[in-house]
Amino acid sequence: MPKRTDIKKILIIGSGPIVIGQACEFDYSGTQACKALKEEGYKVVLVNSNPATIMTDPEFADATYIEPITAEFVEKIIAKERPDALLPTLGGQTALNVAIQLHERGVLDRYGVEMIGANPTAIKKAEDRELFKEAMQRIGLDLPRSGFARSMEEAWKVVKEIGFPVIIRPSFTLGGTGGGVAYNVEEFEEIANRGLEYSMINEILIEESVEGWKEFELEVMRDKNDNVVIICSIENLDPMGIHTGDSITVAPAQTLTDKEYQRMRTAAIKVIREIGVDTGGSNIQFAVNPKDGRMVVIEMNPRVSRSSALASKATGFPIARIAAKLAVGYTLDEIPNDITRETPASFEPVLDYCVVKFPRWAFEKFPGSEPVLTTSMKSVGEVMAIGRTFKEALQKAIRSLEIGRFGLLDDGSPMARKIKAMDVEELRIAMSRPTPERIFQIAEAINKGVSVEEIYEITSIDPWFLDNIRQIVEFDQRLSNMSFLEVDLETLRQAKEMGFSDRYLAYKWGIKETELRDKRKALEVRPTYKLVDTCSAEFEAYTPYFYSCYDREDESRVKDVKKVVILGGGPNRIGQGIEFDYCCVHASFALKEMGYQSIMVNSNPETVSTDYDTSDKLFFEPLTFEDVLNIVEMERPYGVIVQLGGQTPLNISVPLRDAGVKILGTSAEAIDRAEDRDKFKALLEKLGLKQPPNGIAVDVEEAKEIARSIGYPVLLRPSYVLGGRAMEIVYDEASLEKYMVSAVDVSERRPVLIDKFLEDAIEVDVDLISDGETAVIGGILEHIEYAGVHSGDSAMVLPPHSLDEDILEEIRRATYALAEELHIVGLMNVQYAIKDGQVYVLEVNPRASRTIPFISKAIGVPLAKLATKVMLGEKLKDLGFTEERWPKGYYAVKESVFPFNRFPGVDIILSPEMRSTGEVMGIDKDVGTAYLKSQIAAGQNLPTEGLVFVSVRDADKPGVVGVVKALLEMGFEVISTKGTANYLAGKGLKVRMVPRLAEGRPNTLDYIKNGELKLIINTPSGRIPRKDEVKIRSTAILHGVPCITTIAGAYASIEAIRRLKEGNLEVRSIQDYYNLKTR
Amino acid sequence: MESGFLILEDGFYLTGRIFGAVRSSIGEVVFNTSMTGYQEILTDPSYYGQIVTMTYPLIGNYGVNPEDVESDRIWLSGFVVKELSQMYSNWRATQSLEEYLRQNDIVGITGVDTRALTRHIRLQGAMQGAIVPESEMDGIEAWVKRIKDSPHLEGRNIARDTSTDEPYDLKGSGERFRVAVVDCGVKKSILKYLCEEVRQVRVFPWDASAKEILAWGPDAVLFSNGPGDPSAVEETIALARDLLGKLPLWGICLGHQILGIAMGGRTYKLKFGHHGGNHPVKDLATGRIDITAQNHNFCVDVDSLASAQVQITHKNLYDGTLEGIFSKKYRVMSVQFHPEAGPGPFDARYIFTRFKETIDA
Repeated sequence: MPKRTDIKKILIIGSGPIVIGQACEFDYSGTQACKALKEEGYKVVLVNSNPATIMTDPEFADATYIEPITAEFVEKIIAKERPDALLPTLGGQTALNVAIQLHERGVLDRYGVEMIGANPTAIKKAEDRELFKEAMQRIGLDLPRSGFARSMEEAWKVVKEIGFPVIIRPSFTLGGTGGGVAYNVEEFEEIANRGLEYSMINEILIEESVEGWKEFELEVMRDKNDNVVIICSIENLDPMGIHTGDSITVAPAQTLTDKEYQRMRTAAIKVIREIGVDTGGSNIQFAVNPKDGRMVVIEMNPRVSRSSALASKATGFPIARIAAKLAVGYTLDEIPNDITRETPASFEPVLDYCVVKFPRWAFEKFPGSEPVLTTSMKSVGEVMAIGRTFKEALQKAIRSLEIGRFGLLDDGSPMARKIKAMDVEELRIAMSRPTPERIFQIAEAINKGVSVEEIYEITSIDPWFLDNIRQIVEFDQRLSNMSFLEVDLETLRQAKEMGFSDRYLAYKWGIKETELRDKRKALEVRPTYKLVDTCSAEFEAYTPYFYSCYDREDESRVKDVKKVVILGGGPNRIGQGIEFDYCCVHASFALKEMGYQSIMVNSNPETVSTDYDTSDKLFFEPLTFEDVLNIVEMERPYGVIVQLGGQTPLNISVPLRDAGVKILGTSAEAIDRAEDRDKFKALLEKLGLKQPPNGIAVDVEEAKEIARSIGYPVLLRPSYVLGGRAMEIVYDEASLEKYMVSAVDVSERRPVLIDKFLEDAIEVDVDLISDGETAVIGGILEHIEYAGVHSGDSAMVLPPHSLDEDILEEIRRATYALAEELHIVGLMNVQYAIKDGQVYVLEVNPRASRTIPFISKAIGVPLAKLATKVMLGEKLKDLGFTEERWPKGYYAVKESVFPFNRFPGVDIILSPEMRSTGEVMGIDKDVGTAYLKSQIAAGQNLPTEGLVFVSVRDADKPGVVGVVKALLEMGFEVISTKGTANYLAGKGLKVRMVPRLAEGRPNTLDYIKNGELKLIINTPSGRIPRKDEVKIRSTAILHGVPCITTIAGAYASIEAIRRLKEGNLEVRSIQDYYNLKTR
Repeated sequence: MESGFLILEDGFYLTGRIFGAVRSSIGEVVFNTSMTGYQEILTDPSYYGQIVTMTYPLIGNYGVNPEDVESDRIWLSGFVVKELSQMYSNWRATQSLEEYLRQNDIVGITGVDTRALTRHIRLQGAMQGAIVPESEMDGIEAWVKRIKDSPHLEGRNIARDTSTDEPYDLKGSGERFRVAVVDCGVKKSILKYLCEEVRQVRVFPWDASAKEILAWGPDAVLFSNGPGDPSAVEETIALARDLLGKLPLWGICLGHQILGIAMGGRTYKLKFGHHGGNHPVKDLATGRIDITAQNHNFCVDVDSLASAQVQITHKNLYDGTLEGIFSKKYRVMSVQFHPEAGPGPFDARYIFTRFKETIDA
């Protein structure tokens, strides 16, 4: 049956900002959906608040709304656009939740919008655990014993029946937020309470613990004719008890016999039919008892998910694209498999390789949080690696992570050294707790003689996986007993087949990586490239999606054409995420337009860049020197683009250049000049630009001396870091000493940078593009928070709303001078601080920055695409971009989104250490409204009335007066603790005093918990925040009370609240904004 | 492990290491794309005379258990894998794959670039080949000649080897009907699911006479799966012709091909056959698509049956080949795919019920 003709316009809801549990995978799925529907001739309306996405590029939809994803805003969009249908299954939980709300409020009925893909009943049935349980029982499937509770009283009753340990799962949350395993009464009290709070419907499921069971996932698709296929099976290496997003996972399933697999498959088909997902993809999780094979259903997601993105990349089957086509009425057999062209999508992919997904965490960013993996997801990104064997894929995944690890055992990294130093007893204890380092501890334990059986007893990881690790370790030991000179071809080949990296082997034998590479090449041990083709070579495949291995035959299809390699950004992490993937995808688009063959290299399965559809060739490979150079040596491209994938490709640009690779755009020398502090200092002096006074120290004494000479406070940071890792502001010598001794690993080769900290300075980010002749500023972004907050965590406004014209001129002059001096070809980002009318240069990044997509969306110019073109010799004047574009009639605000709710108890204050995972954009005619939209989009529920708690440090007291005055004028009631209350009373402001937490009740926590407190304005009292403050702030986060921690932020919020009270917020597509500008 | 070679008759060869029985073996080299189910594949009589390559690289992970067998022995001539698992992990497993092969005196070869082999077969077609341990290696040329000289599948009746010698009875759990099975190498799963449907099953040898079968008084006759070229199994084709129109006749795989020939159709050899568990098959009457288990090298020509009073009921969506037929006149119903799975998905299990419906029709 053909596609539906009764619908013409379809609304797609995106997933909003990148948060833990919901990342780029929904840009990937949303982009595919937009493309698939446009291809079919439908009008597509899109809403997504995340400007760093490819899907929000104006070409991907007919009307793109970068507006908050709430029922209120989406209703406005529906009223304006009048779509015929709503496709809610491609934007993660966010889209599903909003769709359900729209349905429940009658909005969809009112405007005659049909929900396609999944209907409200099916969504409810899958998401509401009680209904789900009933449904599973109806079709005779086994579940863990469980019961629901809507209060603690009910919870206690249920746990009594089931017995400990139990798993607590809140209904309707994201990525298992607020859930956990309780072994005793005390833990139960805490987790159950938290779970009830987190659940959108105040409900938790208390479940028999199946911790330690084997965990599997199946990706299922169904069409309207009830044809069902399984796209991929995934086995979690980490057993039940660890969130699948935090588990190392493997595709396909490894340890099920056909009978067991087919039983699971049949069950999955029953589930999707019973739940009633009409068309599209679902993810179904199962647990299997390793002792007797008892299989239970754990849960089902009636939408595309993180796992389906992984499954798409693991198999080559584009789940989201097909889901979109099924939603408009096609059946699976009517849709061709793009890879084979001849066969239909109504089949089940078969793999002839092994895929390993490895999560990447950021615990180091959240001091005080324990790096323990639980049923609540904490990882911020992931890598995927493909190998012919599990061993090869695992080792490739490890070096893809970019955590300094190049193998399982000693690779010279600090983590490896630490684990190597542990004795067997310490390792046993360490392995009993799942952490990001456990896999390495397991390898070391095996290395020290602990048996696979014992490790299985400790970890419940299936012995098959453990034994494979044992095989790697055993071979490693063999290699250790040889010298570099003794290594022969057969041994080296075997090592490479098992996935050992050049760098790891070089470290083992105490030689340079290039020496090992030379010998390897001399012995003709070279990688071969194989295709991911959905069918294990049963049919001819046309899609050029490759992975490397060391098997015999190479299928790389190298063509003698003009080609360019783009290096991607690798795993998402804090400081480097979707923004860089956006840039890389644009590079690919640009290359296509210019007639170059585009070759993408990346290791992140969540992304659009690793869609085989994006580039002419895709290499799913680690972004290391070895793996990249292998590709370059085979493909012999015209050049390599390193400046769009963040710090990852930049880090290997110098060794690549030294190996003879042509780096496109800004030279490696210029990159070095901007990154090396001495060279940078000289550069600024030459140009007559100011820098905050600074110095470089390699030990404590030197640091003290420098700090004394430039004066406190100073900003400390290790050299060559991203995302403000270990960056700190210190106000005195004692803190400086503490930092130097304990916070960083300082050495001759790893010095610490010391900068004068410019307090209360305004920070500005500038992005520029240059072709070497013409340089144009893309945008000037004024930060809302003052200096001291990492630029990745600050809210920013475009165009600047408070800077004088002469300051702006000075900024422009400095930016152009830097671009000229560094011979920038491509993009450059400069960060400035403005204090007392002076402009200071903080840093220069000769590459695409995090703000490129935001600016591109705000001004309607695809900067990354232009950058690619100029890197290949085109000129900006021919490309029609020669003048800075200053948005007229509107402002765009970028706000950051933080994962604090994943790390209960961790302080939420903003600092030089970046901790946000994502961003949103608010766009409107004035700054206040744009800021308001950014806050709503970021999930800050600004109030229009009620109680506000204000408590600020002494330095901020004068500043907060205006804020409190405005709040009182708008009818809020303000409460404060003693110091602030007295100060404000002295200024004639009416505030109510509340006791400190320990001093009386009701205190601030009571007001939060009772839902009376609507807003908190609380700046940190000093370097070591008071316990009270931390407690108040983190409790506020758990309860969804907005918490503002800077005075500047408070002023912006006051304006936003004023707009909120005025009401009448409007929505407008970015296409409309662009028309506005050109009028 | 001793090193060894996988050699094809066109001179293409790959190296690996020998496991299981250390001896050379010749057979037709085919590939199977199932990611699980190696034990069922090893014991499936339809693979008799073939060397099977698994396209999924990691084989042996879950060991071998006493239950998941399709017959009492390994039938195939040799087994080719990328990586034989050094250990197995599964609560039902009782021994390793390697031991199992050794016990059954079957040679395996691991460490082979199975994807390269698969691509070669896809492009050049399935062909005769050999697994040769280093100790028996006397040059590729010599082996190519031996392989060329060895008997090929075409025109050879090998179903006789996989059939039972004597009839035997099985008790079913169904309420009524007795069904005769003509055994050309029947899989245990077929008998198992048949027994769930009917009350009594008697399995006859491939060359049983119509008289003998009719004497037992069956309500229907099922022609089973089996190895090799259907056109060579002349006695069974003759048997089918004798029974045609007398009572409902059912067929699976080789049995389907035999019924096709009996009704005037022709069979031909596919380039590299269908071996796997992911082929979409469309039921033309309902539009329903099943993901099916497949294992055949020969196929009934759709056009050759057009003149007979035969309806095409199922088609393969990969290549449009014939997957099922029905003749109202003769009360014949047969499928090319494997409704019993083993290994593979259970989507098509309804075929057993549909078989049964022809009795009352």
